[in-house]
Amino acid sequence: MNTVYRSAAFLAAFTLACSAAQSAEVVVSQKGKAFSTAKLTIHSGDKVTFRNDDSFVHNVFSLTEPGSFDLGTYPQGQAKSVTFTKPGMYDIECAIHPEMKLQIVVTP
Amino acid sequence: MRYSFHLTSLAALFLAGCALFQGTRPSPVTPTGAATDAMLRPLAVPAPPDNIPNEARVELGRALFFDPRLSGSAMISCATCHNPALAWADGQPTAVGDGAKRLSRKTPTVLNTAYQPLQMWDGRKTSLEDQALGPIGSPVEMNMPLEKMTAHLRAIPGYAPMFEHAYPGEGVGPATVAKAIASYERTIVSTESPFDHWRNGDPQAVGDDVKRGFALFNSKARCAMCHQGWNFTDNGFHNIGLRALPGEAEDDGRFAHRKIKVLKGAFKTPTLRDVALTAPYMHNGQYRTLEEVVEHYDRGGDDKSNLSPNIQPLGLTAQEKADLVAFMRSLTGAPMVVVVPRLPAS
Repeated sequence: MNTVYRSAAFLAAFTLACSAAQSAEVVVSQKGKAFSTAKLTIHSGDKVTFRNDDSFVHNVFSLTEPGSFDLGTYPQGQAKSVTFTKPGMYDIECAIHPEMKLQIVVTP
Repeated sequence: MRYSFHLTSLAALFLAGCALFQGTRPSPVTPTGAATDAMLRPLAVPAPPDNIPNEARVELGRALFFDPRLSGSAMISCATCHNPALAWADGQPTAVGDGAKRLSRKTPTVLNTAYQPLQMWDGRKTSLEDQALGPIGSPVEMNMPLEKMTAHLRAIPGYAPMFEHAYPGEGVGPATVAKAIASYERTIVSTESPFDHWRNGDPQAVGDDVKRGFALFNSKARCAMCHQGWNFTDNGFHNIGLRALPGEAEDDGRFAHRKIKVLKGAFKTPTLRDVALTAPYMHNGQYRTLEEVVEHYDRGGDDKSNLSPNIQPLGLTAQEKADLVAFMRSLTGAPMVVVVPRLPAS
């Protein structure tokens, strides 16, 4: 019995270690002229997908130092993604609707 | 965090106050001052914590707003371009500045700017306080260097006690001028219109054309993609495909301050409150009537080079166009009575 428990614990630890090593994807919704979260912490290499759930077009951009990007415009139902490879703090906005703000912290 | 003050409470403090509104009914409000209908103006007006309006601040701001001595020529006040008799704009295609020179953009109305997070057509000013000093100091607008403005105001004996009463210990200077003007501008808010009476439950307040127009506004005509909420603006920036006027210099709009492609040629969505009173229209005043504006959007814009995807050909019928205009006319609020101040003597 002890052997079974030890094996299960090892398997769980191994799975967690593998998960930590793999990149993850986080989906952020844009709805009601707001991002679904105001702050997000991810690991370097993780992908964030921005999905437009409003009936009008949105944009996503960042001009902050670790890495700037501009996803252009896209309508309801469409999504665009960014893979964050450089650690740091990113200020994300919608250029069309400047009240929409999101901060992403990328850890190593 | 934003604080707010209650306009009706403030108005109660003024027996001979600044802007008195007549012929209006109070909107239904919750105990917190929020309108019960999202299409009605909230009575609580946002204000920053270090400049909560009070009677003294509004009174000082009103004097400064109407005082032409804040300009280099001593001939232009804020109210010259933001004329209350012209819905707080000037009726010109584009503004006229120092030396009667024509400027490149239309004067926007001050109405309901208290509710907008960014000011100016390109959003470069982040508060009413930030905005207030811009035109005063601009060489092409009021052309008054702020140091000179401060000296002029300090030389007018009647102003010192007004500043001290409004902002004790803060002195006479650009910061207090900006705060006072912003406080006055926070009283310039829309009054109830036939549309509001309809939303308040009076089915006879507007005709069927207005009701059809409002339905179109939110559907086939695609207006509400940008003109959202009770103030009919998303406070956002869009390139709506305006053609350049003959001789008009290229105007990048918001792009000049945010180098993001979608913003090239994009300007702030204006409020539609009192829109029937603020002709001509667009940032360069190129349309004289609301009918021309509707035709522009029905065409899907003219210059498609960086056109917002929100703008598409609409295929509106003549009746639908007329209904949209009727709806926009229903947003005209009851007339305001604005007290023009007696200014401190030089």
